[in-house]
Amino acid sequence: MNKIWLIIKREYTSRVLKKSFLLITILTPLSIVLIGVVAGLMTASSGKSFNIAMFDESKTIQLDKIEKNEDKYTLVDSKKFESLKKTYSTEGFDVLVKVPKLDSLTQTSMNVQYFSKEKLSIKNINNIEENIDEAVEEYKLSNSSIKKEDVDNLKMSVSLENALNTEESSANSGENSDVVGDKSSKLSSIIATGISGIMGFLMYMVIFIFGGMVMRSVMEEKINRVVEVMVSTVKPFDLLLGKIIGVGLVGLTQLLIWMILIPIGLMITAAVLGIDTSSTATSTNMLDPEMMKAIEEGAKAEPNKIAEFLTEFRALNWWLILPVFIIFFFGGYFLYSALFAAVGASIGDDLTEGQQLMMPIIAPVIIAFIMLQQVIVDPNSNLAIFGSMFPLFSPIIMPARLAFDPPLWQVGLSIVFLIAGVVAVTMFAARIYRVGIFMYGKKASFKDIGKWLFIKG
Amino acid sequence: MSILQIQDVVKKYHNHLANDRINFEVKEGSLFGLLGPNGAGKTTLIRIITHITLADEGQVLLDGKRVGEWVTREIGYMPEERGLYKKMKVADHLLYLAQLRGLPKNEAIKEIKHWFDKFEIGSWEKKAIEELSKGMQQKIQFIATVMHKPKLLILDEPFSGLDPVNSKLIEEEIINLKNQGTTILFSTHRMEQVEEICEEIVLINNGKNVLQGNVTDIKKQNKQNTFEIKYEGDAPVLPTNIEVLQEERGLIRYKLHDNTLPNDVLKDLIQKTQISSYREILPTLSEIFIKTVQKD
Repeated sequence: MNKIWLIIKREYTSRVLKKSFLLITILTPLSIVLIGVVAGLMTASSGKSFNIAMFDESKTIQLDKIEKNEDKYTLVDSKKFESLKKTYSTEGFDVLVKVPKLDSLTQTSMNVQYFSKEKLSIKNINNIEENIDEAVEEYKLSNSSIKKEDVDNLKMSVSLENALNTEESSANSGENSDVVGDKSSKLSSIIATGISGIMGFLMYMVIFIFGGMVMRSVMEEKINRVVEVMVSTVKPFDLLLGKIIGVGLVGLTQLLIWMILIPIGLMITAAVLGIDTSSTATSTNMLDPEMMKAIEEGAKAEPNKIAEFLTEFRALNWWLILPVFIIFFFGGYFLYSALFAAVGASIGDDLTEGQQLMMPIIAPVIIAFIMLQQVIVDPNSNLAIFGSMFPLFSPIIMPARLAFDPPLWQVGLSIVFLIAGVVAVTMFAARIYRVGIFMYGKKASFKDIGKWLFIKG
Repeated sequence: MSILQIQDVVKKYHNHLANDRINFEVKEGSLFGLLGPNGAGKTTLIRIITHITLADEGQVLLDGKRVGEWVTREIGYMPEERGLYKKMKVADHLLYLAQLRGLPKNEAIKEIKHWFDKFEIGSWEKKAIEELSKGMQQKIQFIATVMHKPKLLILDEPFSGLDPVNSKLIEEEIINLKNQGTTILFSTHRMEQVEEICEEIVLINNGKNVLQGNVTDIKKQNKQNTFEIKYEGDAPVLPTNIEVLQEERGLIRYKLHDNTLPNDVLKDLIQKTQISSYREILPTLSEIFIKTVQKD
């Protein structure tokens, strides 16, 4: 035990005291804050407003109906339009638009031309299109016998809500609770989706970054033959265990520092620059555009919505989510880093030839990551349940389901399978490791590795 | 009394028999040579002795007890393929290895200082291993092996990669340790070194021990009845009961026919010429080694 402790200490300190560790640990939050600043500045600047000159052939458009956003519209007649074609930019206009004549009230589409030196962004184009759409719609309505209210009354907005949540909240807070229940149940699933994505993605990163670190460390020991000296004093299994725990603690240290530095950094920049850096959360998570949109909307919401967001965020069952996440964090890390160590031990004297041997490990991680995107959308599907039971997938899938209140028996069973998986995989990997570290020269084939499993002691 | 007993040790890898019933004993306080060509099974055997791998059959006793995890405290093993953590500082590295072998920290620090003084390398203390030359690293490796004062020291090709000066230094230290009572198992395929320093040897080939015993005895057992004389003056007429192996001006090497006594030939020659030297030619270990291995 004392020996394992010494190994853990060396593996840990030798990494944590390295300059590169310090650099990465500090630079990563810095760059995330920087991304936040850039993203914030971008959202701030994307509201660039245009001065638009518009020629409307059939005079369908009323100015007061379209000037809803920052763009400024000026209506011009046909003579002015012709002259503006050449001079619009010198006369202070950014865009010149020609709305063609409406042939009849039943016409349902039209092509509108614009002139602009600058290439318009999709957002700008959408804005202009939307404005013309609405103006023409108004015009059509005013020329028909239908009243605008009647059209509005035809529309229906349906939102699905969890009956349990609504009952609870109406029981708790009386009359207007229906509205709150409706909004919050939708919000809570947005939040849950966000958290799922982040957790799944985090596990995916942890497996690759720190699993890879264990693998490189094993390879280096093997290649410079330290391992020969080491195994004459400690059991290979102890060396492996000490290494995995040591590197795992390095990972945990780094994550903890980031968990403290990143929010602080974002808060400070937000306070200093007065910009909304919360959009960083979305830019770092590119799992699902719909989800991004949902979170973005949530982030841009009015202050009382942010308060709602926070309430919902706190209302999640963190007492279940955090401990279980930590269990899966360690389980997943252990399982995969043991496998990475086995690969490291099977590699010959050439550091670069590990790719082929890594395939069997990378494949389940990638599969789990692909499954993750489906699981976030449908956290209680059969696929999600299967994924959270199979130990090679569960470290990525189960944490992602936690925010959706999965049945407790599934969480429990998943943990039991995970622990069994960790034990089995570690034994398996240790057998490969133990033999592999002494095999110098060329890298092992899968056949060799199969034979190693049956060598005694 | 034997400190190390190897009894019927068998180790099999897939379809390759690395150790095939190896038997020998090492006397306490002796300098013992474990010889064999590359791939003979020396390293496998050493790994079994040091409990890095387990024997399929047979057993190894250290001090009369079956080897187990406890031997790391009693054995100092310098593998042929050796290395150190490049980024670690010399003193930290030595301390780490000493503590892994069970030495308490303060005692380890004392030992490190002792060896630093002895090799006059105190200035290296804070250097990273990667800053040292290969020879310097070998010295550190050697210190790491002997620092915990093991009863049994196993050195696998200890001189490979060392320049003559450092070779000599390490050799002196090995002799020193032997004089202090440490038993040394010295594994090599370089015979001239064994001849110089080992008292007893075992020769392993294809996983079997093919020859063992006292170096002088082995040489006597393998002698070919060949002699060399040097003389002054004219070449003598040679007797018929010898076979001449080599003859040049002033020197004759010959082999006795069966039933001929060395003295009879010498007597004959003394009468014919002025003899300046006479000696029996004993085979070198290297020759015995090659002969035995080829025969095998």
